[in-house]
Amino acid sequence: MANAPAHAGGPGLVKLLAQRQSVVIGLAILFVLGAAAILAPVVAPADPNKLAIASRLTPPGWAHLFGTDEYGRDIFSRVIFAGRVSLTVGLCVAAFSTVAGVFFGLMGGFFRRLDAPVSRVVDAMMAFPDILLAIALVAALGGSVLNVIIALSVVYTPRVARVARASTLVIRELTYVEAARALGVSTWRILANHVLRNIVSPLIVQATFTFAYAMLAEAGLSFLGVGVDPSTPTWGTMINEGRKYVSSAGWMILFPGIAITLCVLALQIVGDGLRDALDPNLSKEL
Amino acid sequence: MARYVAKRVLGMIVVMFIVLTTVFIIVRLAPGDPASLMLGPEATPADVVALRARMGLDQPVVVQYFSFLGQIATGNLGQSIFFNQPVTQVIAARAEPTVLLTLFSIVIAVAIALPVGILSAYTRGSLFDQGSLSTAMLAASVPSFWLGLIFQQYLATGAGWFPVSGFGSPSATFFERVHFIILPSIVLGIVNSALIIRFSRAAMLDVLNDDFVRTARAKGMSEWRVVIRHALKSALIPIVTVVGLTFALLISGAIVTERVFNLPGLGSLVVGAVLRRDYPVIQGVLVVIAGLYVLINFLIDMLYLAIDPRVKY
Repeated sequence: MANAPAHAGGPGLVKLLAQRQSVVIGLAILFVLGAAAILAPVVAPADPNKLAIASRLTPPGWAHLFGTDEYGRDIFSRVIFAGRVSLTVGLCVAAFSTVAGVFFGLMGGFFRRLDAPVSRVVDAMMAFPDILLAIALVAALGGSVLNVIIALSVVYTPRVARVARASTLVIRELTYVEAARALGVSTWRILANHVLRNIVSPLIVQATFTFAYAMLAEAGLSFLGVGVDPSTPTWGTMINEGRKYVSSAGWMILFPGIAITLCVLALQIVGDGLRDALDPNLSKEL
Repeated sequence: MARYVAKRVLGMIVVMFIVLTTVFIIVRLAPGDPASLMLGPEATPADVVALRARMGLDQPVVVQYFSFLGQIATGNLGQSIFFNQPVTQVIAARAEPTVLLTLFSIVIAVAIALPVGILSAYTRGSLFDQGSLSTAMLAASVPSFWLGLIFQQYLATGAGWFPVSGFGSPSATFFERVHFIILPSIVLGIVNSALIIRFSRAAMLDVLNDDFVRTARAKGMSEWRVVIRHALKSALIPIVTVVGLTFALLISGAIVTERVFNLPGLGSLVVGAVLRRDYPVIQGVLVVIAGLYVLINFLIDMLYLAIDPRVKY
């Protein structure tokens, strides 16, 4: 039996994305930030935690590209190392919430009896502002990178589930799903081979945006001092530490803020590009 | 229509029930005994037992759950351990800065987004359109607390146009307090205008190609009248929806922005409660804010009936 029609993917998708200058720039930014985070011990010019009180609050210059903080630590190195935590949190939250959200979305969208309960739970979870729910969950679970990932995954799963459910509702009614049913294909096979394969496009787009939102939320939690352990450098904790020195050493908040903004902007550009490439109808509108 | 309203009210009750259950579970996820955690290591066993009894923690979980639901139904959100006051009173005392910040931010976000979105759609593909979409994307990428710190430095500390932080003295008049809210509202308004710009542009694009707009133009109506009186009126539903959804984003933004500007609102209350392990307060703030969100979205649904004659249930 013929498989369901597939959307643009593989080499075709790469070609479509490569045609958009903004997407190429977005991907390049992500590549540079990702590579710097992975290769942090090699790329960073100094130990991010090395104290050098004699050179505290040194402005940006050749010795310290982004300057130093109140303990004389090299901000450039700290921004690179902080990227490891922030990007890991964003990536893991995007992955976990996509897997869980797809499961609940498929269940709600495909099985009519499960639709109402899944939808009501999704509605209820979305009534909590993301930071507030994350704060409460981290308060209950304790502040650590893993718990921030768990908390933010719980926060973003309903958002993915809503997208997955809406897409499944459309696919469920299509002729090839009906044909598969008539041929006696098992429900789970239909879900995996026919439904899931055809809702991948909106899910990839949603995962990209979830990555971006999770990074912003993690930064917010760290800024509030209720996220990861304050001794772990993240872009949010760096801004929190620098807020006392905004007047005298503005560079302490400037560079981590630029890093978050660049990363989130790049993800949004790539997300938009993916949506344009994968769903040309929607791209005309937004 | 009455049937639709009744169905929506029932749906709202079910959602609130799940919200309350979620809050109950979250608060009880915390490892260890909440009473011991709240009282600290120096508390005597007798103190812990007394607090456990006061909080109802000596009861089975099922009893605690139904007693929690019963309390909420009667408007009782429990007693704050730190403030030693009813949570409703603690929340009411801290609500004003958050409410003002949220309202002013929404007004500023809409005041920026609506004209930009309409003009963007009207001049689709122009330099203005591309510029506004790019700016909107940038605004949505900036952490509100970072933008807040920069604005605070340049517009308050530097230029002296706004108070640097706080909410004024307790005897300050309403207008004096509003003065403290304007800068944080501008920050949140800018960050949150991005989503509204994109949706209002999309909604206007949809409508500007409709037959009734073409007919209005053919009748010789002025462009202003066509766009504002006809097109915008029809595009209002998705715009109102997204303004409603922005409420949750604004509350999240308000929680972190309050810290930047030292506003004594619900954000600083909940962060303080987390650090002090004052669980009844965390629970209360979650219930009130999620409840408000559910209520606002219900009211928006009802608003559809009023603003679009095509919507009939």
